[in-house]
Amino acid sequence: MPRLLEVENLKTQFETGAGIVKAVDGISYYVDEGETVAIVGESGCGKSVGAMSILRLIPDPPGKIVDGRIIFEGRNVLELPDSEIRKIRGGQISMVFQEPMTSLNPVLTIGLQLTETMMLHLGLSQDEADKRAVELLGMVGIGEPERRLKQYPHQFSGGMRQRVMIALALSCKPKLIIADEPTTALDVTIQAQILELMRNLTKDMGVALIIITHNLGVVARYAERVIVMYAGKIVEMGTAKQVYHDPHHPYTIGLLNSVPRMDLHRGRRLVPIEGQPPDLTRLDEGCSYRPRCRWAIDKCAASFPPLEAIDGSQIAACFRKDELEKDLKSAS
Amino acid sequence: MSEQVVVSERAPPLKKVGKGDTLLQVRNLRKYFPVTEGILFQKAVGHVKAVDDVTFEIKKGETLGLVGESGCGKTTTGRCILQLERPTAGEIVFEGVNLEKLDSKALSPLRQKVQVIFQDPYSSLNPRMKVGDILGEPMRVHGVYPDSAERNKRIAELLNYCGLPSKFADRYPHEMSGGQRQRVGIARALCLNPDFIICDEAVSALDVSIQAQVINLLEDLREEFDLTYLFIAHDLSVVHHLCNRVAVMYLGKLVELAESDELFDNPMHPYTRALLSAVPVPDPSKEAQRQHQVLKGEVPSPLNPPPGCVFHPRCTLAVDSCRKEIPPLRELRPGHWVACTEV
Repeated sequence: MPRLLEVENLKTQFETGAGIVKAVDGISYYVDEGETVAIVGESGCGKSVGAMSILRLIPDPPGKIVDGRIIFEGRNVLELPDSEIRKIRGGQISMVFQEPMTSLNPVLTIGLQLTETMMLHLGLSQDEADKRAVELLGMVGIGEPERRLKQYPHQFSGGMRQRVMIALALSCKPKLIIADEPTTALDVTIQAQILELMRNLTKDMGVALIIITHNLGVVARYAERVIVMYAGKIVEMGTAKQVYHDPHHPYTIGLLNSVPRMDLHRGRRLVPIEGQPPDLTRLDEGCSYRPRCRWAIDKCAASFPPLEAIDGSQIAACFRKDELEKDLKSAS
Repeated sequence: MSEQVVVSERAPPLKKVGKGDTLLQVRNLRKYFPVTEGILFQKAVGHVKAVDDVTFEIKKGETLGLVGESGCGKTTTGRCILQLERPTAGEIVFEGVNLEKLDSKALSPLRQKVQVIFQDPYSSLNPRMKVGDILGEPMRVHGVYPDSAERNKRIAELLNYCGLPSKFADRYPHEMSGGQRQRVGIARALCLNPDFIICDEAVSALDVSIQAQVINLLEDLREEFDLTYLFIAHDLSVVHHLCNRVAVMYLGKLVELAESDELFDNPMHPYTRALLSAVPVPDPSKEAQRQHQVLKGEVPSPLNPPPGCVFHPRCTLAVDSCRKEIPPLRELRPGHWVACTEV
């Protein structure tokens, strides 16, 4: 499949009172047309900032994209004039946010918010846009679309609002949807509804999807490829099966051992990652995971390990990535 | 101190409860919140039935999980047990004493025995108090460790139990991370040597790696202090990991109750089945093979719940009688209770 998006050495920083926060520190990845990629990591690892940088939605000041290239359909998004980036935002690339209440305008009807976008990006007339808005709401499973279009966001439940967000995201026939924790605020049965809906619609329409989440279960169910981030850097990347069944970075191993699992024996003791995530203003030259890593050696303090290939498309950033497996086997 | 003596005189004698005996009974608990209209002359126009006829018991030493989605009444049930809400009807019997019959003074010694850990470690700690004061105040109020030197020793001890260095007693909550704050919340729950702790979404706000640390801590403390937990949570994987028995609530009703292994291996109520099928497991190969039963529709408003079985509008098994009659909890296997007539 052809490349849709290529992120190269992206660096996004924030100036704060405590110093410069390197929220995203040199990440590179790609997304092919129509595929679903998950970016996982814990709070503050830079997964959201990395995705917001694609659409240049970083508030400046205090934030700034200081380095890197973001190639979308052959053009570097970071060099486009504002008028061009506005066409991409909500047009070819759209976003679904975590909190649907704050991402919809509370004083405008759902219908107005949907049609406004389509008239702007697709150049539809009011009548055409109205017709398509009804279609879209039906598509995302909202009953009585004609009546619902005249309602305001507060008249919708959390799950229904997220459906509206998906309709909005799909309205201008995007090539890529970035979903930032799309179901974190929702109950588990509603989460399942929304994720199934997103998967079916993106597959049917051939839209690529970046899901940003901390939920390893959601990633296992919905993503084809996985990117694991820690402290602003990508530490491992591969297909979901590679990363889950044969992890090659100590942090990925740590995450997988930390989650309580419904599908495994109950008496199992969790193996947490010791310590706390690092302070992003005080990162040194070495591997940022080393204070919490039980495989760390002197070399890890000297420089950050490069992302190197393991097998086919899987890559990991660890000097000892080839020894971990042997070590884990002998331990169990 | 003199006040303390009066309180203990008024308090009913407490039975000594051993492992495996019933510690807490919740009988036909109901909590209705009035919905009012008007500003000056408020009148009730309806009731939100947050908890509607819930009965269960907890044995000494076990961990009972209480699961369900937002608004199902699991937190209100916990608050009623804590006597933070007075139930509309029903009884809560702790160590053989019916809490409904006690006034606030007589409740005081019982409050020492029942403690709570809240979800959000950011809002449940007073930002203007140092950790040492947060832990010391309840001890002072209840007259446990009245001597301040002894109290400080105890505070240091509690912090260490919860995996924090004793110098944290001089810190303010904002100087700590979320995981550390939750450890303080746990230490606070322990400071009056309770028998029973209600964990209300105690690990939900934490990141995966920190969550695992806190889950292990809760397990260790359960062993160390012989604790009984009521673990209220929406995350079924965590509940599966921590709980001996699990109760599932939907729209104020208890729909299923069973031993943890039994419930997860053999869920019977259609809602429990859908709930379990909705939880993704972190294994792409297993996920590829799993049947995903997606529940249609949303939870109806508790202001106007459906007649009969509250789950019938979303249920695939529903028959005519489900729309009229409330299904009773039936014991379909030893210890496995289900409120559904069609299974």
